Amino acid sequence: MKAMKKTLLAVAMSVAAATGVQAEGISNDVVKIGVLADMGGVYADICGQGCVTAVEMAVEDFGGTVLGKPIEIVSADDQNKPDVGSAKVRQWIEDENVDVVTGLVASSVTGAVTKVLTDAKKIALISASASNAFTTKACSPYNAHWTYNVAALANGTVKPMVESGKKKWFFITADYAFGHALEGIATKVIESSGGEVVGAVRAPLGTTDFSSYVLQAQASGADVVGLANAGTDFVNSLKTAAEFGLTETTDVAGLLVFTPNAQALDPAIAAGMKATTGFYWDMDDQTREWSARFKARHGSIPAMPHAGAYSMTMHYLNAIKAAGTDDSDAVMKQMKATKPDDFFARNAYLRNDGRMVHDMLLVSIKDAASRKSADDIYNIEATIPGDVAFNPMLPECDFK
Amino acid sequence: MIKINKLYLFLIVIALVAPSLVYPVFLMKLLCFALFACAFNLLLGFVGLLSFGHAVFLGTGGYITGYLMLHTGLTPELGILAGTLGAGLLGAVYGKLAVKREGIYFAMVTLALAQLAFFFYLQAPFTGGEDGLQGVPRGALFGLIDLNDNFAMYYFVLAIFIFGFWLVQRTVHSPFGQILKAIRENEPRAVSLGYNVNDYKWVAFIISSALAGLAGSTKTLVFQLASLTDVHWHMSGEVVLMTLLGGMGTIFGPLVGAGVVISIQNMLSGGELGNYIHIIMGLIFIVCVLAFRSGIVGEFQKLVKKNFG
Repeated sequence: MKAMKKTLLAVAMSVAAATGVQAEGISNDVVKIGVLADMGGVYADICGQGCVTAVEMAVEDFGGTVLGKPIEIVSADDQNKPDVGSAKVRQWIEDENVDVVTGLVASSVTGAVTKVLTDAKKIALISASASNAFTTKACSPYNAHWTYNVAALANGTVKPMVESGKKKWFFITADYAFGHALEGIATKVIESSGGEVVGAVRAPLGTTDFSSYVLQAQASGADVVGLANAGTDFVNSLKTAAEFGLTETTDVAGLLVFTPNAQALDPAIAAGMKATTGFYWDMDDQTREWSARFKARHGSIPAMPHAGAYSMTMHYLNAIKAAGTDDSDAVMKQMKATKPDDFFARNAYLRNDGRMVHDMLLVSIKDAASRKSADDIYNIEATIPGDVAFNPMLPECDFK
Repeated sequence: MIKINKLYLFLIVIALVAPSLVYPVFLMKLLCFALFACAFNLLLGFVGLLSFGHAVFLGTGGYITGYLMLHTGLTPELGILAGTLGAGLLGAVYGKLAVKREGIYFAMVTLALAQLAFFFYLQAPFTGGEDGLQGVPRGALFGLIDLNDNFAMYYFVLAIFIFGFWLVQRTVHSPFGQILKAIRENEPRAVSLGYNVNDYKWVAFIISSALAGLAGSTKTLVFQLASLTDVHWHMSGEVVLMTLLGGMGTIFGPLVGAGVVISIQNMLSGGELGNYIHIIMGLIFIVCVLAFRSGIVGEFQKLVKKNFG
């Protein structure tokens, strides 16, 4: 059956080539976008079905076709497991002619997947992963890392706190690529700003009982306890910290806070906590317009990876249109040559190492009294220019 | 006997042409798990020992092969050999401790030992923790055949599987295998006949764990990744499911069981039912235990015996 399909395809393609129907070429006559995300685990609210919705919106807004060829979306659940994710992506490329993979949540999965994609010369559009490895030590000419990264989080949230006199830090860290990267870069920022790290403890991804970790943090005598985790891990660890009275005696800083998690927290615990984010729905008319459309389809306000997924899919499709082909090298060149500009990407450009540099926001969580609606959760404190927020480009990652 | 040979011939022909019809990586995954289930079946089906921590051998084989391939540039066949030996060695240690107990206590001891190893692999720096060992090169077989080609890799995996399958058959049908079955049927009688039962169990345990390690090593090469999934107790549960579903103590049971379980997972993972995968597998397990206890192959054999025997 498949062999027959292949033969048919070959015949169709040779006919097309002979008659010159098609100019430069969309491979297999379709642009296929794979969305790999966590559909049911700790990151499902951050980039699960919502990321699929965001990509669908981008494809619809783009018109559903590019260069006269249809755009298709396939999606899969990576269960936050590198083996599941990389096997799925391998199958997408080898068996289903997928052209680009987007979504990409847990940094451990993204690490494995980007290796498969780079080997196959296919582009990875990374929206929800935090580790900065994809544009530094594991950089590749086929990676585009969009929404944010750990460097932006550390520069945005940690640095001002150390400079305001909170010198001694303790970390509760998610025990995998993302947590290690975040703790590592935050430690560098703390030390270079004159602070010190008095200790750290590592909790497995998906830990439900944080009490022993919180007790260690309490005993450490730190000024600030940094939560280098995300998703429901962040929510659970902060709740436990509040239950043990840690939030009353010490500052607790969430280093990676997504809107659905901030929304899930009791304002009494979370009010005043500062966070760095790549996007907030209530920033201006443009963000409100898109977010209202997203909410109408998905049922909740978008988190930053959702907005990022839309923005990068749009930029990718625009690049195909401009380049006249879906060839990965040509498209990537085009993506770097044009500046993305939409409701999400402000003062933005895609750097040669694949880092999308754009304005980040420093926000604080509102208390219950000043919230106008259930979705009204942040005060925007400051805008952090992209070049300040993100790590500088490494010379060995300068892919032209 | 001739009938069986025809069956084998038929299966081998199917296995040889399969990759041009079905996605080869899927077939390789299936073969790896089938080998793992065969190894497990050797213990559960033929000695009557339920090891509830067998994933640790799968994972250990995978980690050793992955680490060596990444850092020393061994050829794949040596990498796999090292992984297999490593898993066998671990099996020798764990088996020595575990065979001192029977029944549920044996299962609990193996589970506890496997969990010890799991936390070691979680924390040890060389395994990469949650990230796993990524980007393991497939290398070139004997330094000659490039395994990055999926077809070459498939036939290599098929050869490994056939070897493993043959070894299990050989073991089961040898005098040694007869004694294992005697132990399964009536242990006190085997003791009274003068056999040192614990040693027989121990050797069976080592063979089984080495074969599980072989499956894990091969899987690591196929997916170019060794991860915690393979040492997690979920995986130990999955192999129990495969063996019971296919029919424990039968020759083809584990093969069929692995085929069914992996195919169902593959079908469900992309679709709407992806979130319910564990519920569906659980239901299948319940139905299997309640309605057809000897598994698919076991029930089929009964049917054939009843009607044509």
